[in-house]
Amino acid sequence: MIVEIGHFALALALGVAVVQSLVPLWGVSRQDRALASVGSMAAVTCFLLVALSFGALVVSYVRSDFSVENVASNSHSTQPLIYKLTSVWGNHEGSMLLWVLILTLFGAMVALSRRSLPARLRAGTLAAQGLVTVAFLAFTLLTSNPFRRLVPAPAEGQDLNPILQDLGLAIHPPLLYVGYVGFSITYAFAVAALIDGRIDAVWARAVRPWTLLAWVFLTLGIAMGSYWAYYELGWGGWWFWDPVENASLMPWLAGTALIHSTVVMEKRDSLKVWTILLAILTFSLSLLGTFIVRSGVLTSVHSFASDPQRGLFILGILIFFVGGSLALFAWRAPLLRQGGLFAPVSREGALVVNNVFIATSCATVFIGTLYPLVLEMVTGDKISVGPPFFNATFVPVLVPLLLVLPLGQSLAWKRGDLLGAAQRNAAAFGFAVIVALATVAVTQGGPVIAPLGIGLGVFLVTGAIMDLGERIVARASGWPAILSRARGLPRSAWGTAFAHAGVGLSVIGIAAAAWSTEAIGELKPGERLTSGRYTIVLESVTPRNGPNFRAEVARFQLFSGNRELAPVEAAKRVYVARAMPTTEAGIRTDWLSQAYIGLGDTQPNGAVAVRLYDKPLILLIWLGAIVMAFGGALSLTDRRFRLAAPRRATPSPVAAQPAE
Amino acid sequence: MTIAQPSRPVAARRRSTRKQRRLMLIGAAGAVLSLAAGLVLFAMRDTIVFFYGPTEITQKGIAPGTRMRLGGLVEKGSVERGPGQRVAFSITDTTTTIRVNYEGLLPDLFREGQGVVTEGVFEGAGRFRADSVLAKHDETYMPREVADTLKKQGHWQPGAAGPSPVPATR
Repeated sequence: MIVEIGHFALALALGVAVVQSLVPLWGVSRQDRALASVGSMAAVTCFLLVALSFGALVVSYVRSDFSVENVASNSHSTQPLIYKLTSVWGNHEGSMLLWVLILTLFGAMVALSRRSLPARLRAGTLAAQGLVTVAFLAFTLLTSNPFRRLVPAPAEGQDLNPILQDLGLAIHPPLLYVGYVGFSITYAFAVAALIDGRIDAVWARAVRPWTLLAWVFLTLGIAMGSYWAYYELGWGGWWFWDPVENASLMPWLAGTALIHSTVVMEKRDSLKVWTILLAILTFSLSLLGTFIVRSGVLTSVHSFASDPQRGLFILGILIFFVGGSLALFAWRAPLLRQGGLFAPVSREGALVVNNVFIATSCATVFIGTLYPLVLEMVTGDKISVGPPFFNATFVPVLVPLLLVLPLGQSLAWKRGDLLGAAQRNAAAFGFAVIVALATVAVTQGGPVIAPLGIGLGVFLVTGAIMDLGERIVARASGWPAILSRARGLPRSAWGTAFAHAGVGLSVIGIAAAAWSTEAIGELKPGERLTSGRYTIVLESVTPRNGPNFRAEVARFQLFSGNRELAPVEAAKRVYVARAMPTTEAGIRTDWLSQAYIGLGDTQPNGAVAVRLYDKPLILLIWLGAIVMAFGGALSLTDRRFRLAAPRRATPSPVAAQPAE
Repeated sequence: MTIAQPSRPVAARRRSTRKQRRLMLIGAAGAVLSLAAGLVLFAMRDTIVFFYGPTEITQKGIAPGTRMRLGGLVEKGSVERGPGQRVAFSITDTTTTIRVNYEGLLPDLFREGQGVVTEGVFEGAGRFRADSVLAKHDETYMPREVADTLKKQGHWQPGAAGPSPVPATR
C-alpha cells in the first residue's frame, strides 16, 4: 500500500511541477500577483510530495519488502539497518529519486527564502526550476520507476553491491547531489534573468549564496568520493581521471569560476554576460555528468548498466536544457546592459584571470572526457584517455593560476598595485622557497616536481594567512584593536582565506604523493615487508564472519622505523548473496601520513599476497578540501547574504515593467 | 581592501579604452586557450591508448611494441600463477587468443571466464605484457569494449552476460 502511495505521490508531484513551470510566468505576463505567487506554493507542495514518495521507498527498504523490484535487486534481509538505508540511493532508480528530492528541496527553499527577491525574478526562477523538475520527474517515472512491483515476490533480495556497503558511500551521493543539483538554482536564476532582460548586483547577491551552498557540498562530495575510492578499492589510488570522476570535477571547476565571477558582478556590476553564461554552463555540466553516469556511454571503472532508453531520454533532457538556455542566451544576452569598465591590474582583473584559467582547465577535462566518445562515434576506434593526458594538460593550465593566486587575493578593487601586492607576498614566497629547498635537502634525490609542488602549496597557505594578517594587524596596534578588527572583518574575507589555504593544503598533499612507495610481497606469519618508512609483520590470518559476508582477516604489527604503532587489520571479504569478493584495506593514520595495506590472493603454499604503501601527507588532500568547504561555508554566513538586498535596488513588484 | 579612489576622468577616451581593454582581455583569454589547445594536441599524440580485441590485433596488423589496451574473456583453465607475483593467462574473444604476462596483484574480480581489460605492450606473436589489469566494481559488469568485441564475434548473449540492474555508484 505504502509503495503505491509513494508512486502516486511521485506522479502527483509531476503534475504540480508542470503547474510550477507554467503558472508563475503566465502570472507575471498578466501582471497578476496571485497567479505569480502560485509558483511558491507549487514548489513547496512538489517538495512535500516527493519527500513522501522518498519516505515510502525508505520504508520499503527498512521493511525489506522484496515485492518491490528495486528493493529485491539491491537489498538483503541480513544487511545491517544502515546499509538498508543507504541501499535506497545505492542504485539507479533510488538515486534518481534522491536527485529529484534535492531538486525540489532547492525549489522549496527558494520559494520560502525570506530574502526579498524581485517578484519577477522569483517567479521566473521557480518556473525554470519547475521545468527542470518536470523533466527529471518524467524521467524517473517513465524509465526508472523505483516502485515497480515484482510478482511473485522473491523470498530474498540480491544484496547491495558489496563495495557500496560502506559508510563513505552512505554520505557520498547525498553530498554530491546537493552540489550537482544545487547548481540548478543558479541555472534557474540565470534563465529568469535572461527572460526578464535585466541583471544587476541584486541578481548577483541573490545567486551567490546558492552557488556557494552547492559548491560547498560538491567539494565535500568529491572529497568523500575520492577518499572512499582510496580506502575501498584497495589499491591506494585517490583520483583516477575516470569519466565519472571528471563528470563531477567539471561542474566543480565551473562552479568555482562562477563563485569568483559573481563577486565581480556584485561589487563592480561587471562581467554580467559572462556570469550568466557560466551559470548556465555549470548546470549544463552537471546534466552532462548525469548523462555520462547513467547512460553507459563511456567506459569507466565505476561502470553502470547501459540502458539505451534511459540514455536517450537523458540526452533529450540535456539537449533541451543546454540548447534551450544557450539559445535564450544568444537571443537575450545582447539586451543586457553592459557592465562597468575596469583596470586590468585590480582585484576584478585578477578574478577575470581566475575565470580564464579555470574555464580553460575545465575545457581540457571536457575534451579528455568526451574525445573518446566522439572518436568512437566517428571512426569506430576505441581509445582510453588516462592520467597521462590530464597530467599533461590540466595540471600545466592550473598551476600558473595557483602561482598568482596570492597576488590576486591581495590586490585592491578598481585599481590595484601589482608591485605592492608582490611586496606583500614576498615574505610568503620566500618562506615557500625555503621550505621547497629544505624539502629537497631532506628527501634527497626524489622526484623534482614534488618539492616544487610543496613550495607552491606552502606559498598558497602562507599567502592566505598573511593576507588575512595584513588586514587585521595593519593600522591596528595592541591586542584589543587587533581582536576587534578580526571580528569586524567580513566573514567572506575569512572564507576566502580559508578556501585558498585549503587549496594550498590539497596541493601539498598531492605533491607529496610523489614520494609514496609501494611494496608487494608474499608473507607467512612472522614474515615482514617494508615500504618507505613502514614495516609490517604478519601476525595471523583468521576467518571472521559478518552479518552478510565471510572474511579472512590478516593482522599485522606495524612499525615506523623503530617505533611500534598500533596493529592493523586488513581483510578479504566474500559477500554471500552475490559471491563477490572485496578487499578491505588496512589503514593506519600516522599524523598526516598513512600506512596502507591491501590484501591479494592467498598463495597455494599458504602465504598471503600483500601490498604495503607508505602514503606521506596523504590526508592533506582531503583535509584541504574540507578546509575549502569550510571557507565556503564561512562566506555563506557573511552578513550581506543574511540581510535583505538593498531596498532601492528592488523594483516594485510585478507591475514594474511590461513583460516580454 | 575596498579603498575608494577618485576615478580617472576617462569619459573622453572611454570608447577606445573599452575597446582596447576588451581586445586585451580577449587576447589574454585567447593566449591561455591556445596554450591549452597546444597542450591537448601534444598530449593526444603521446598519452592516448587504443583498445583492441584479440582478433583486431591480427586483423589490423598491430606492430609489436605498440602500447594498447587489450580486452576479452579470461580463457578458462589458462591462468598460471607464479613464481612470485607473476601471473600468465590467456585473453580470448573465442576466435583468437592472446597470452598475457603480468606481474602484480590481480583485482578482486579477476576470474576465469570473466571479462577483463588489461593495459600494456603488445610483444608480437600472440604475446602481451600487461602492466595493469583493470579493476571492476561489479561481478556482472562486462567492459563495454569486451561486450562489443564479443558481439562482433557473435558470442554475445545479453541475458547470460549479467542481469540488467547494475548499481550506479554516483
